[in-house]
Amino acid sequence: MIYRWVSLLFAAILALTVTAHAQAPAQEAPDVLVKRVAEDVLQTIRSDKDLQTGNQAKVKQLIESKLAPNFDFPRMTALAMGRNWRSATPEQQKSLTDEFRTLLVRTYSGALSNYRDNAMDYAALKMNPGDTDVTVRTAVRRPGQAPVQIDYSMAKTAEGWKAYDVIVAGVSLVTNYRDEFNDAIKQSGVDGLIKMLVGKNKGPTPK
Amino acid sequence: MNPYARSIASTLALACALLAGCAAAPSKVDPFEPWNRAMYSVHEVVDGNVIKPIAETYVKATPVPVRTGVSNFFGNIDDLFTGINNTLQGKKERAGDDFGRVLLNSTFGILGIFDPASEMGIAKDKTDFGITFGKWGAPQGPYLFIPLFGPTTVRDGTGWLVRIYANPIGYIHEVPLRNWLYGLNYLDTRAQLLSAESVLESAALDKYRYLRNAYLRARRYQVYDGKPPPEEEEE
Repeated sequence: MIYRWVSLLFAAILALTVTAHAQAPAQEAPDVLVKRVAEDVLQTIRSDKDLQTGNQAKVKQLIESKLAPNFDFPRMTALAMGRNWRSATPEQQKSLTDEFRTLLVRTYSGALSNYRDNAMDYAALKMNPGDTDVTVRTAVRRPGQAPVQIDYSMAKTAEGWKAYDVIVAGVSLVTNYRDEFNDAIKQSGVDGLIKMLVGKNKGPTPK
Repeated sequence: MNPYARSIASTLALACALLAGCAAAPSKVDPFEPWNRAMYSVHEVVDGNVIKPIAETYVKATPVPVRTGVSNFFGNIDDLFTGINNTLQGKKERAGDDFGRVLLNSTFGILGIFDPASEMGIAKDKTDFGITFGKWGAPQGPYLFIPLFGPTTVRDGTGWLVRIYANPIGYIHEVPLRNWLYGLNYLDTRAQLLSAESVLESAALDKYRYLRNAYLRARRYQVYDGKPPPEEEEE
């Protein structure tokens, strides 16, 4: 009798799990994700005076809640470190990832209020069904200026698509930081780089 | 030709000639790094204490429509040169759009102060003589940082000389108006760079290096029309 009950229970749990999975929305395509997040953020800035005047607490909250979750910071850090990544200890890798993330969020916080007048164009995504790594192409238009191309390198992860590089007008964020990191490490080692990042992040918040 | 522009031009030409003359290790993009870094420090002091505050005041004190009008006016001249360069690069259709923009904006847009062409969906483009020379096969040459002018290279700087000599503002005979326009042009350009500068300020561990590498990559990307061959590993 007890066996029957247990097997029923298991069947029920199994059924629940299956339905739960079936009901979870199909994973959002990378270009759809970029467009949704970008439009959401732009709309939020346009409708909030505090964000436009650069209220740092609010800006930071917007970035942490809407933008940051869509970036794969550990991967970005590893890519920016290049061949130096493997020579870093796990503790160093963790500090680097944390500090690099802080640096990027701070930089973005300073720039965000300038984006109010921007409009975005989204290019059609070229993607095959099995692809796990794509480039989503967008362009930012500002009144009176030539559009600036912004591409997102994105990879499929267990938690959906995440960006691991941003390429602005042909300049890859990760590649540009690779030069910075490489030179810093050559001069003062991985710990020197960490110290430099910590110092940079402790500096005054740029406006 | 205005003496101010001419003196900038000849100084730049001299600097280019001097630097190109003693060009060292061709594999390195920045053989004059110590000199350039010194120039960058000079720039930071002069710009930071004089030019930047003026640009910030200009942005604060001038209403957005006025600033947009100013940017459009000088942008219209840029469109003319973009058209010329797209022609030289063999991009006839793109050049047609650029000249169409200049025609529309100079007339219906009242000397380019308004930008009806963009509203009609004729997109703005941006290219210059440096890119044209690059497409013709001219190498970048050494990187140069010129105070109050910014990052450039021997090739791109030469392109700018052509641009400065050909600038229609230089043909205005009324000296005060001409100088006033030169000043406003500079101020407008500087004001547009304020936001990019604040990003550089917070993003870079070493501003000089970050700017140089970003500049060279962006230029390379443009010369190859967005499809640059992979970079060589520097070691």
